[in-house]
This record gives sequence, structure tokens and C-alpha cells, in this order.
Amino acid sequence: MSASPPTLSGDRSPSHEATPALPRLLAGIPSDGAMGLGEHLALHGPPPLIRGRGRRQDQERAERLIAEIDRAGLLGRGGAAFPTATKMRAVAGSRGRAIVIANAVEAEPASFKDRTLLETLPHLVLDGGLLAAEAVGADELIVCVSESARASAQSLRTALGERATRAHDGAVERSPRVRVETLPDHYVAGQETAVINHLGGGPAKPLFTPPMPFERGLRRRPTLVNNAETLAHIALIARHGAPWFRQLGTPTQPGSALVTLSGPVAYPGVYEVEHGASLASLIEAAGGTTAVLRGALLGGYAGAFIGAERLRGLGLSNEHLAAHGASLGAGVILLLSDSACPVAETARLARWLSDQSARQCGPCLHGLDALATSIEQIAEGRAGARATQRIDRLGSMVVRRGACRHPDGSVNVLLSAMDTFRAEFAEHARHGPCERCASPEELPLPRREIAPDPPPRRPSLLGSRS
Amino acid sequence: MSHRVSVNPITCEAHGMCAEMLPERVTLDEWGYPIVDETPVSGAVLAHAMRAARACPTFALLVERERAPSRR
Ligand SMILES: Cc1cc2nc3c(=O)[nH]c(=O)nc-3n(C[C@H](O)[C@H](O)[C@H](O)COP(=O)(O)O)c2cc1C
Ligand code: SF4
Repeated sequence: MSASPPTLSGDRSPSHEATPALPRLLAGIPSDGAMGLGEHLALHGPPPLIRGRGRRQDQERAERLIAEIDRAGLLGRGGAAFPTATKMRAVAGSRGRAIVIANAVEAEPASFKDRTLLETLPHLVLDGGLLAAEAVGADELIVCVSESARASAQSLRTALGERATRAHDGAVERSPRVRVETLPDHYVAGQETAVINHLGGGPAKPLFTPPMPFERGLRRRPTLVNNAETLAHIALIARHGAPWFRQLGTPTQPGSALVTLSGPVAYPGVYEVEHGASLASLIEAAGGTTAVLRGALLGGYAGAFIGAERLRGLGLSNEHLAAHGASLGAGVILLLSDSACPVAETARLARWLSDQSARQCGPCLHGLDALATSIEQIAEGRAGARATQRIDRLGSMVVRRGACRHPDGSVNVLLSAMDTFRAEFAEHARHGPCERCASPEELPLPRREIAPDPPPRRPSLLGSRS
Repeated sequence: MSHRVSVNPITCEAHGMCAEMLPERVTLDEWGYPIVDETPVSGAVLAHAMRAARACPTFALLVERERAPSRR
């Protein structure tokens, strides 16, 4: 956590004297336990009041907050980078009393940012969720975590308890009711309609859309689903405004982001970076690499692999990553060491993704299984000559044909692996397993029952200015 | 007025009725699930589409005005 961040190959101008430093979200993060309400209010000040001044004024304030979020250019941090204000306006404009869901399910196995937020800074997420609820006229905020994230649920309940005992304090007195719900540990359980389905008493499996959640979601009410980190940013934008938010990041992707960096670095963990910062600077902040890199997976298990030779000078913004077919997604950055076999890793990932299908849609159920089988055959050296064509065909056969984007994300990550590690795939197709196939597995692919071990926590700050 | 054919992949059980009754827009993949061409339908093709939608045992074939289903 140096005062002057590492030099960058960044794409931004070097003079940033007046820019505020990181961290933003992770400011004041306690090294142990959660930040209490008193400390939170002392650090950030009270959140602005939206409701409670009479209908006209309330409406104006609500619209002003959404307009501020719009000007800030906040994009959703659950993976799809959808403009938050657009979704909020759609919810606010739909008929019926709205509901807000804070999506902290964090189903992505290599992601720990939402858990980190809830376990250390629960009041930031609650502030954001309550502000969003007031802005869209919701009377209910439901914070969703996965079953295995017991510490997150506990931290939230403690935080809610603190707020209840200080309810007389205008600073935290908000009208929407808040509750915490848990979802099963399954990849697609974090998809927004799966969350809604589960909360409505059904299985945690995606629903067919339309209707979209913003028009008719939970209990047929307009439902705003936002990632926990998205809401935390709202908590700060509401206090400091859009120009402040835009002082960091790129014009198309303003602000900072939480990323979970894992793999062979000295200090894997959750970091706050400025959009556009270089991967090199992040790795440096994490104490540097502890092995030669073979490549990286950006954006998690719906993201894309990038080979080591292209990691130099890589910028952490979607604009930059698009050139590599990647995006930041929910901020997962997984470094792959040189001792791993990318083919064996991909084959295991393919089978895992197939197993994670909610098994509702034929093309997803059969297509991901067939894809996994073909990739396994290549890895074992028993694929036919046309295996690659078969995989390409399967890919185009499942994309856009599920109720949710699980098949699309899976095809994206698997095809990017085959493209990035083309030579290795060709080798395996010809000669079968290599000596690295037996190396320890590097991509975390948890069984449903097993609660993931979070990486050591070392929240840090990182900017892309020199 | 243009209509669009689509399928609800959750309720679809690969009966294949749609491919038989609406070959203009539907082919089947190797597992028997419909691959739907979503270019708008009208006139006689629209009539075929409506008939196919009614014939689907699980009512998974959808014929809708204006927008196609979106997913995220
Ligand atoms: C298979 C799948 C899994 C997902 N898991 C999560 C998750 O664990 N957490 C999350 O916030 N969003 C997840 N999403 C995205 C959500 O559907 C939704 O877009 C998001 O919560 C919206 O929040 P945002 O606009 O703030 O990003 C997932 C999507 C898919 C297709
Ligand atoms: S596409 Fe796959 S994961 Fe998504 S709803 Fe359909 S079966 Fe489930």
C-alpha cells in the first residue's frame, strides 16, 4: 500500500494532482471484523435523505439521485456492466410498489469482493441498498447471500441490529424494511431471475423472460436487482456526486472497481482499482508474481482467457479488454501459472460448467455436456480429426438458446481457452496428456457442498496514476 | 403488423411439432430442440406459426407482437 502507486504503462495522462486517491469503497477497512455504524458515519458522513419531506419533494429527490447516478455513469458490477440508472428508471417507472434486491450471492467461485464488502463494510452496502430503494420507491430491501457465506449473513444481521438501536438517529432512519436471505451454493443461483424465483418460494433456477424483473419480478412487483458492489458505489455517489465519481476511471467506465486477484501472486485477495489501471500495477500491488505466468482468466467463468504474452500493458477496463474478447465482468482475475496444463484446466472447467447447468433448457443441458465431452476427448488424446469443428458447431448451437446466459458465458470462456492455448490443444489432440496434466489444479471448481476458502484478505488501494 | 416467433427453452420438451408445422422458421438441433429463426412473420407464415404454437404440447412456442424475449 505505497503512497505512490507503481508506474504504469497506462492509457491515461500522468498529471492527477487534484484527483482523490483510492481507496474509496475500501477506505478505512478494518483489518479484522466489520466497521461499526458509528465509525461508518464518522468516515463517510450521513447519507442524504430522500424520503420523508412530503410527496413532491420526495419525488424530486428520488429523481435527482437517479440523475446523479446516471451522470456518474455507474455500470453494474454483477458481471454485465449494465447502466445502473437505466435499470432504476425502468423500475421506478413500472406500475406497483417496487422491491430492491441486493445481489451478494457471489456465485462465481473465484470472487470474494461481495463477501469482503459485507463482512467488513456492511453499512456501505446497506446505505446503497436503502438509497436505491428510496430512489425507486421501494418499501423492501432484500440482501441475498449464499448459504456458505455465513460470515456475511452474520455481519449483516449485526449491522441491522446497530441500525435498529439507532433508529432515532435521523442519519440512518430509513423507511424500507430490510431482510437477509440465503441462496443455495450453485453457479446459476446468482442469476437475477434465479434469485427472484427462490425468494418467491421456487427453486433457485432462472425464469423465462419477459417479463423482465424491472416490470414484474418478485411477487409480480417491479424489482431492482443490483450487485452488492453496485449499491456500495451508490452510497458514495449519493454523498459526493457524479463529478467526484468520474475523477477516477475512464470516460466510458468511470470510477473504481473491486477485483479479486488470485493465482501465483504474493498476496492474492480483493483490491480496489481504478478502471483503466494496468494489470501490471495490480500484480505489483499484490506483491508480484510467485511463478511464471501462462495466462490469465479475466471476468470469471463467463469471461475469457488471455495468454501471458498479451498480459503486458493490459488495461483493466472493458474498452481495453474488448480487444482480447474479455471484460472485467464481476472483477475476477485469475492468474494461471506456467506449471498448469491449460488443456486439463479447460477440460475440468468445461465439465464443471456443464454440471452447473440448471438443466431446464435442452440446448444448455445437452450442449454444455457435449462441449465438455469433446474437450475432454481432446485433453485425453482420443478426439477425432474434426473435434475442433465439432466444438465450434456446438458453441454456436447453444449460444442465446437458454433462458439465461449461462450457456453463452460458458461457450465464451471455453472457446477463448481453445483459442488462447491453441498450440497446447493441438498437442493434446495428437499426443494425449502432457506431463503438466497431473499438476495441482489451479482453477477453483468447488463441489456444491464445499464452502470455498476465501483467499487471505489484503484489501489494498491502487491507482493508475504515476 | 409484424410478429416474431420464439421459444421458451424452459418449457420446451423437444416434441418437435413446431419444426413440422412451421418449417419456414424452425429447424431442430441434434437433440431435437427447435432452432428458431426470429425474422418477423406475416401472412401465411404467421398463420402457420399460430397453428404450430397451438399444437405445441407444452405451449413453448411463442408468437408475439413487437419485442422478442431478452435474457440477461
Ligand atoms: C449464471 C449467472 C450467474 C450470476 N451470478 C451472479 C452473482 O452471483 N452475483 C451478481 O451480482 N450477479 C450475478 N449474475 C448477474 C445477475 O443476473 C444480474 O445481472 C446482476 O445481479 C445485476 O446487478 P448489476 O446491474 O448491479 O450488475 C449472474 C448471471 C448469470 C447469467
Ligand atoms: S440456460 Fe441453462 S442455466 Fe440457464 S436457465 Fe436454462 S438450463 Fe438453466
